[in-house]
Amino acid sequence: MSPQPVDAVKGFAVTFRQLFKKPITQQYPEYKRPVYPRFRGRHRLHRYENGLEKCVGCSLCAAACPADCIRVVAAENGPDNRVSPGERYARIYEINLSRCIFCGYCELACPFDAITLGNEYEISEYSRDDLIYTKDMLLAEPIKKVPVADRDLYDTPIPYYQDHS
Amino acid sequence: MVSPVGASEASDNGRGRQVTEPWWISLIKAAVIVNLVMVAFAYTTWLERKLLGRMQNRYGPNRAGPYGLLQPFADLIKLIRKESFFPIAAREPLYIAAPIISMFTALAAFAVIPFGAGWKIWHWHVNGEIANVSIALILIFALGSIGVYGPIVGGWASESKYSLLGSMRTCAQLVSYEVSLALSVLGVVLMGQSLNLVDIVNKQGATIWFFIPQFAGLLVFFFAMIAETSRPPFDLPEADTELVAGYHTEYGGMRWGLFQTAEYINLITLSGLAVTLFFGGWRGPYAPLGPLWFVLKVFIFVSVFIWIRASVPRLRYDQLMRFGWKVLLPVATINAVITALLVVWI
Repeated sequence: MSPQPVDAVKGFAVTFRQLFKKPITQQYPEYKRPVYPRFRGRHRLHRYENGLEKCVGCSLCAAACPADCIRVVAAENGPDNRVSPGERYARIYEINLSRCIFCGYCELACPFDAITLGNEYEISEYSRDDLIYTKDMLLAEPIKKVPVADRDLYDTPIPYYQDHS
Repeated sequence: MVSPVGASEASDNGRGRQVTEPWWISLIKAAVIVNLVMVAFAYTTWLERKLLGRMQNRYGPNRAGPYGLLQPFADLIKLIRKESFFPIAAREPLYIAAPIISMFTALAAFAVIPFGAGWKIWHWHVNGEIANVSIALILIFALGSIGVYGPIVGGWASESKYSLLGSMRTCAQLVSYEVSLALSVLGVVLMGQSLNLVDIVNKQGATIWFFIPQFAGLLVFFFAMIAETSRPPFDLPEADTELVAGYHTEYGGMRWGLFQTAEYINLITLSGLAVTLFFGGWRGPYAPLGPLWFVLKVFIFVSVFIWIRASVPRLRYDQLMRFGWKVLLPVATINAVITALLVVWI
């Protein structure tokens, strides 16, 4: 161990050396670091391939939600108004993203894999009202895409709903 | 038409030159210098953030303008536009006056620091400082002592226990280190045989820059200066990471900004004083570049302060007090006594 004054000078040398190194900062808006494949971002609602919505309006997601940010109002499917394959469908499906904590419990609670958490995280708005996502917004493809890291890099199981649907 | 004063006038004492400058030139100079100091302050904050960033492997500000050069102005606009709230129990006149006191004393102290040899512009003589005061050094320390009232009054008038405790901490530190700061320059005064900064610089030009014979004095001045401007590692008054902000806990917006400005301008002023006292002021290899040499030396000083901030952890309070009273003060005293003896006998 060297005496204390020598160590102090060594510290100065260390900080001075950093001046000539390239900073390791990732410049965010220009460079978007790929998110982990199972990153929990903005929600998505899904459809079957024939166009019917997977959601049957059971409200289990709303019950599981610890932040109480999901609102589901169900309505009956009819012969001239078939939205989902079940008896009922979600007439109103809203997620208040300003309250959502992105825990993914809704995803776990859903019996039909109708709701999943996507990878999109750039969801800031100027108004709180704009953060209430309606069913149309959740069903549509997200406007902003985020880079997602290659799934093979990680030991990530392929979720059921991506394998069979 | 601009020509520097030659070496023949260097031995001329300051009072002789003072009378040749009309008052309105001083006024113009004052306005220019105050604004230059403010700009220097703005870019000191920029430089600090940039250098600190690079020393910590970050970029520092790089969004506002190229290389983040507009960052100080963005900060200024943000601070000015902030709501200027204050505690309901605050003693209002004093609460408002405190940052103004800090700011005023910080800016006023720069008036006596010479930054050039003086020039002949058309048929007027322009001095290289705003005010040529024969007791400039005492004036600077007097203003520094008044400046301590900023934190004291501000902390007390905020009517908050955190502010009060913070201001007590600040005062104890500033008052302790002021003693060493004043004593450390005694050697320079003895060698320069004047309290006039212009005379001291001219004396250094005639003999040798005082940092060589007064190295102990320089070290004490340097450490006391860091403490006096409450820079890391002596930044106990603020201690961003561990204590509630200190005396300016209850300040926000531009009032807080004034305290910060005062701190940085104090840093620039004291760097200028250190350059003047120990490193030959505006003197350099090529005389016509006088003010540039001064600016360069101050720049190096400020950069070293930032470097220290990036490298040294903060002192504990008892370490701070012990260092001030048991190390700096004896060293400064012995240095002054030895210098006095040498000046008398040699």
